[in-house]
Amino acid sequence: MRPFEYRRAEGVEQAGALALAGGRLIAGGTNLLDLMKLQVETPAQLVDVNRLPLREIEPLADGGLRIGALVSNSACAADPRVRAGWPLLARAILAGATFQLRNKATTAGNLCQRTRCHYFYNPDQPCNKRAPGSGCGALGGFNRIHAILGASDQCIATYPGDMAVALAALDAAVVIAAPDGSQRSVPVRGFHRLPGDTPEKDNVLEPGEVILAVTLPPPAGGTQLYRKVRERSSYAFALVSVAAAVRMEGGRIAQASLAFGALAHRPWRDPRVDALLTGARPGDALFAEAADLLLEGAQGRGHNDFKIPLTRRTLVAVLREATGTQPGDQA
Amino acid sequence: MELTINGERRAFNGDPRRTLLDFLRLDCGLTGTKKGCDHGQCGACTVLVNGQRINSCLSLTLMHEGDTITTIEGVGTPDAPDPLQTAFVRHDGYQCGYCTPGQICSAKGMLAEIAAGWASAVTRDLEGEVVLTREELAERMSGNLCRCGAYSNIVDAILEVAGEARP
Repeated sequence: MRPFEYRRAEGVEQAGALALAGGRLIAGGTNLLDLMKLQVETPAQLVDVNRLPLREIEPLADGGLRIGALVSNSACAADPRVRAGWPLLARAILAGATFQLRNKATTAGNLCQRTRCHYFYNPDQPCNKRAPGSGCGALGGFNRIHAILGASDQCIATYPGDMAVALAALDAAVVIAAPDGSQRSVPVRGFHRLPGDTPEKDNVLEPGEVILAVTLPPPAGGTQLYRKVRERSSYAFALVSVAAAVRMEGGRIAQASLAFGALAHRPWRDPRVDALLTGARPGDALFAEAADLLLEGAQGRGHNDFKIPLTRRTLVAVLREATGTQPGDQA
Repeated sequence: MELTINGERRAFNGDPRRTLLDFLRLDCGLTGTKKGCDHGQCGACTVLVNGQRINSCLSLTLMHEGDTITTIEGVGTPDAPDPLQTAFVRHDGYQCGYCTPGQICSAKGMLAEIAAGWASAVTRDLEGEVVLTREELAERMSGNLCRCGAYSNIVDAILEVAGEARP
């Protein structure tokens, strides 16, 4: 690690001011310290936010839930309210990392975790995300884990997390404090960015902004599934993941909200897919149409070509399970 | 700043880069905790912080002011071993032994998580009681690698202790 100055933030405003001046916020540290050891991240100052009062899970007046930025991933997944009302969130968290890591990792830190692109992780390789303008090693390199949707000619990295994919399907929001003391709420669906010409920016956080919490809307009911496909059955990042919240009514899909992980630079959402499914009778023809729509613009880069059929199959499997239909069922 | 390690107060005023793992091994002489990958992938550095298992390689010492740390040296001694340590010996839950301190600290943390009713990725019912099957144990211990491949004996040792702990 490069030398750095260690500061402990006494309040959110101080954390924001230090971050605005160039300090890097650290909470669980499970991703940031890893990257600092590799000198992918070389902050001159670390601002420890662990003593800020952001560790509570609180009910909201509308029946929703507010999860503090510093709530550990373990505590969030174990919370009885989360397990009962938003099981998709608990499932997605439990699908990621290990118990040791989830005991340290936080809600805000998980949202802000960086890509696991091999070229981003290796300072000897070109990477427009780590060193803007240096090129992209993954485009013509080893790109098995890379994006098939929403990529640019500058960057084909993926957002690696599971939690945010569930939060996107559940239409959660990120509550953010600005350095001037004002607050804004950003839908998780709009929190992470596509790479475009500025892949160095993972999300819409502005300098000095501090995440305070994630808010969940009231429970939507229905069936909630998180299906993660990976190279081994535990402790691996997703190759494809599907988060689904589906409610059936009278043999039809009354409501469908889907999000996809490991396909793009952000948790991927396609409102057209949700619209196609909503109100329709479930069956393989409908599911195939949904997959066609989702993957319309999908582009493989060689090693990751398999992600296109894998996404299709995973989506169909999740929709069958969520709607209680069998292979071959037609509406 | 101060923290408590295996019941003893320790002071730290060193380089901010000092990870908890390096502090334990290099400054406190507690070399039972092992450095494997140093990137949170192998679990050899697992210790208990305020009763919860974490990777000590991915945590800065400075972030642990006031915390209570338990390392393998605090779990048990040759004269007064923890039931997990006894079970690892009985079941030959190791070959080279390098991952063992992390395995045992991790298993201690895991048993506390199960007692608290925490589900895992393979738990069928998120709101039901957790039953420690071999499948559950494999998922819950996936953060601890054993390059010798002593997994089946490690599982036997932990299951024996988990079974005895049941009412």
